Amino acid sequence: MLQKDPESDIVDKSAIDPQHWVSRYADYLYSYATFRIKDQNLARDLVQDTFLAALERRGKFEGRSSEKTWLTAILKNKIIDVYRSRSSGFGKDVVQASIVAPDEDFFNQDNGHWNDQHEPAELGIEGHDALGNKEFERILAACMNKLPALWLSVFSMKHIDEETTDHICDELKLSSSNFWVIIHRTKVNLRSCLQKHWI
Amino acid sequence: MKELSEAELKRIAYNCRKATFLIEKQQIGKITLREKLELRLHLTGCAICVTFMRQSALISQMAKKLVNGDSNALKLDEGFKEQLQKQINNHLDQN
Repeated sequence: MLQKDPESDIVDKSAIDPQHWVSRYADYLYSYATFRIKDQNLARDLVQDTFLAALERRGKFEGRSSEKTWLTAILKNKIIDVYRSRSSGFGKDVVQASIVAPDEDFFNQDNGHWNDQHEPAELGIEGHDALGNKEFERILAACMNKLPALWLSVFSMKHIDEETTDHICDELKLSSSNFWVIIHRTKVNLRSCLQKHWI
Repeated sequence: MKELSEAELKRIAYNCRKATFLIEKQQIGKITLREKLELRLHLTGCAICVTFMRQSALISQMAKKLVNGDSNALKLDEGFKEQLQKQINNHLDQN
């Protein structure tokens, strides 16, 4: 695995305090997982697994990163396992279908021009004030929630966690061309969904 | 670079699918010189894709803020947290 092993840091065991893990980090980790796998029950399980795995390995915690960073790294590996099992669970055919399915909804099949109903219009949120707009955030969250699981995985890993493209393709067993098709379609889809619900 | 034929120019001018693909690719990766030229040509004549480009960057920024922002944090229910703490305590007692 390309990802840095969270266990490979240096020792300062005084920094670890499992008595306070739940009160300090449970909500944070739950939130972190839920946004990335859009399944609250599974997110709960992952938080539990993370704490238990961390307990098992706490002898190896080496205090170079903070306790929070360390726990997050463990959770992150578990989330990638979910992504991976989902994308292999879909099977090649389904992945292929979700990628290859023509984006005729968005673009004209022959010349690639926007189809009328998906043509981007000014939303009046292009300025920076949009970043603090709660209603817009709510709609964006709902639109992200509607994405196919594989697309959300790719989108989150790239745009939110800023992983490298090679790493994402490797973890999710995607070819680079499929990766770019998913990146493109996800954004076109999200944008269209925002416009539909915002106006 | 060879000059573009009229047919090619027309193809570039119409192809918003290709242009938006290049916009996405450029935002997080690299596109070739040829692709840059095509994209610039397209954007010169296509205000719609210019709008797309601005909104696309904004969506990436907002998604990041949405997911990482404290104000949107979700809460686990207290009962589950209590159980979790018990489980941890049991584990600690055993060792």
